[in-house]
Amino acid sequence: MDVLVNPTESSLLRFTTAGSVDDGKSTLIGRLLYDSKSIFEDQLLAVEESSKRRGDAHVNLALLTDGLRAEREQGITIDVAYRYFATPKRKFIIADTPGHLQYTRNMVTGASTADVAIILIDARLGVIEQTKRHSYLASLLRIGHVVLAVNKMDLVNFDQAVYDRIVGEYMAFIGGLENAPSITPIPMSALNGDNVVDRSEHTPWYSGPALLEHLETVQVAIEKADDPARLPVQWVIRPMSDKQDEKLGVSLHDYRGFAGRVASGTFRVGDEVVAYPSAMKSKITSIDTFSGSQSEAIPQLSYSFTLADEIDTSRGGMIVKAGEEPFVHQEFDAMICWFADKKTLKPRGRFYLRHTTNETRAVVTDVLFKVNISTLEKSTESKEFGLNDIGCIRLRTSAPLFFDAYSKNRTTGSFVLVDEQTNNTVAAGMIIRPMGDGTEEDAGSVI
Amino acid sequence: MSSITHLQFLESEAIFILRETAAQFQKPALLFSGGKDSIVMAWLARKAFYPAKLPFPLLHVDTGHNFPEAMTYRDWFVNEIGAQLVVGSVQKSIDDGRVQEEKGINASRNKLQTVTLLDTIEEHQYDAALGGGRRDEEKARAKERFFSHRNEFGQWDPKNQRPELWNIFNGRKHFGEHFRVFPLSNWTEMDIWQYIRQENIPLPTLYFSHQRKIIERHGQLLDASTGLIPLLDEEKPKVKEMTIRFRTVGDATCTGAVESTASTIDEIVAEVAAARQTERGTRADDKRSETAMEDRKKEGYF
Repeated sequence: MDVLVNPTESSLLRFTTAGSVDDGKSTLIGRLLYDSKSIFEDQLLAVEESSKRRGDAHVNLALLTDGLRAEREQGITIDVAYRYFATPKRKFIIADTPGHLQYTRNMVTGASTADVAIILIDARLGVIEQTKRHSYLASLLRIGHVVLAVNKMDLVNFDQAVYDRIVGEYMAFIGGLENAPSITPIPMSALNGDNVVDRSEHTPWYSGPALLEHLETVQVAIEKADDPARLPVQWVIRPMSDKQDEKLGVSLHDYRGFAGRVASGTFRVGDEVVAYPSAMKSKITSIDTFSGSQSEAIPQLSYSFTLADEIDTSRGGMIVKAGEEPFVHQEFDAMICWFADKKTLKPRGRFYLRHTTNETRAVVTDVLFKVNISTLEKSTESKEFGLNDIGCIRLRTSAPLFFDAYSKNRTTGSFVLVDEQTNNTVAAGMIIRPMGDGTEEDAGSVI
Repeated sequence: MSSITHLQFLESEAIFILRETAAQFQKPALLFSGGKDSIVMAWLARKAFYPAKLPFPLLHVDTGHNFPEAMTYRDWFVNEIGAQLVVGSVQKSIDDGRVQEEKGINASRNKLQTVTLLDTIEEHQYDAALGGGRRDEEKARAKERFFSHRNEFGQWDPKNQRPELWNIFNGRKHFGEHFRVFPLSNWTEMDIWQYIRQENIPLPTLYFSHQRKIIERHGQLLDASTGLIPLLDEEKPKVKEMTIRFRTVGDATCTGAVESTASTIDEIVAEVAAARQTERGTRADDKRSETAMEDRKKEGYF
């Protein structure tokens, strides 16, 4: 039962869920899907049957999201699961991430594409270490909006005093974080549906929105049209044909289109641009799509640009507007989260570094500090990163990168490290600044 | 701020993935079944590389159990978008003794496709196969990556997947390994239909309401017109003429129909919106066990 979103007006909201084991994340998602009528009869029937087989007392909505055999057997969520539902106002993509200690990488993965994070708290337990960790990760990944879902309110008799105490404690904590997101606390019972889709009669003292209402209306910090314009080049379109293209009105023989998705800002035909790696200047001659030539290119959409001059750029390069140049550097500081369980990161470690559409080799020149994930304090005791460790490192690349600080641009400020032997993605990175720009003193400001 | 619609977002994301695939791999191929998802994917591929042609061929894994309408459409579509077509034949895999045909009335070549697919990938040395799979289709698919790594045996290891962050897709691999790439991961069935309507994409007639001889078996409405499904003697008198359409178009032996009078895209969109069953609810191949899809995917299924 797919709700009919209005295809010409509906926007997209991506959110992630975080909480510890048994905070009821999967149940909350199951509830959102169920109450928004996004679950089909055959899915529900299958879940009812498995619940019965497992001897669960009630229909276990968590089984809707736990798809892998091992997850269903152990009753846990192992991997990020993506779920979809829609209301007439919005289409939603949920990244359901597991709360286990050892799965920080999944939360970081889910958070990297999310506009909103829902952080669950068990009303009986209040703010715990996991809550702080998830909130820290949300702020590190620059999620602008956090919903504090104080769940299992039914188990504390919907007591306002309990709720107020938890919210107060959480606000005190979040106030200490840099880049603190905006917080919307909601008292909830995911199991029974209180304040999930509809406002609950059990919380007359709460005047805020139900969760779904909030998600439908929250204004997310979407890319602004006047941000510095960035087009990472993915592919060069060369038709190798002697024909004339009627729609674009060009001869295909000489067509050379730089294909990519606008990471930020707006480009217009006639704009003066700089193309990296050559850093040569040119002008945009056309902005092409299958629907014909366009007058401008806007964030998140995909285009093919042609330029007035023969310019040396190709995959891994970047086209930017003149006067809005990015950093071009081979050495920079970045926050990273280490993902590998069998290997560690140390100074002099070598990796492939993937940044936008670019790939280069990189070496760790220093480990500046690690973050103690329990106290959120910086520590310089160890220079070695193990699974799920977070900290600040300095990297040098074999060729210059064209980047912005992650705080300014999530696309051109992020990268991953790839292991040279296994080819696995072993770290997520967020660039703080290039070396030698004179702001090193406030190296801790990212926390 | 010019804000974009969810269909614009999904289209651009898919185009991004298609271009990444062309750029990161030596020899990709796009798996084309003639079903609506692969049609939308091929349509997006044409957009991604326009005004050039597709830099990779369409690959059809042919079970030999096709609805004739699907084949007519396939040949028309390939010509229409100016693509190249490569066909991998399950019949040939059977003749070569690579696989054994299932026995009994519920026999299907669906599972056998995996061997043909892997053989075809190896024969042509494709290092990436673009698939139309969507995460909303099935619970194991919900955990699938855009860039899904396969070992040298073509198998999927759900517990050892590469994390995918931001817009960075890691297609690095060792010799002999390959990738499955799913540009439509974030689309739902409704998104597909709304996009088909927005773009006016022609579809095989099977998707629209028509009269067909049908046999009902285990609650499923199966085709009794093509003769591809063997009927038991006691079933023969029960075959009846019904007004149906197909929600998915796969191998004829395991694709169930739904009773429907929806004969236009608008009517289908309305019907999908009101549907109480997932589209895979009409697929016999998913009904074999609770983890049927995960098990097939581990072996190397689409």
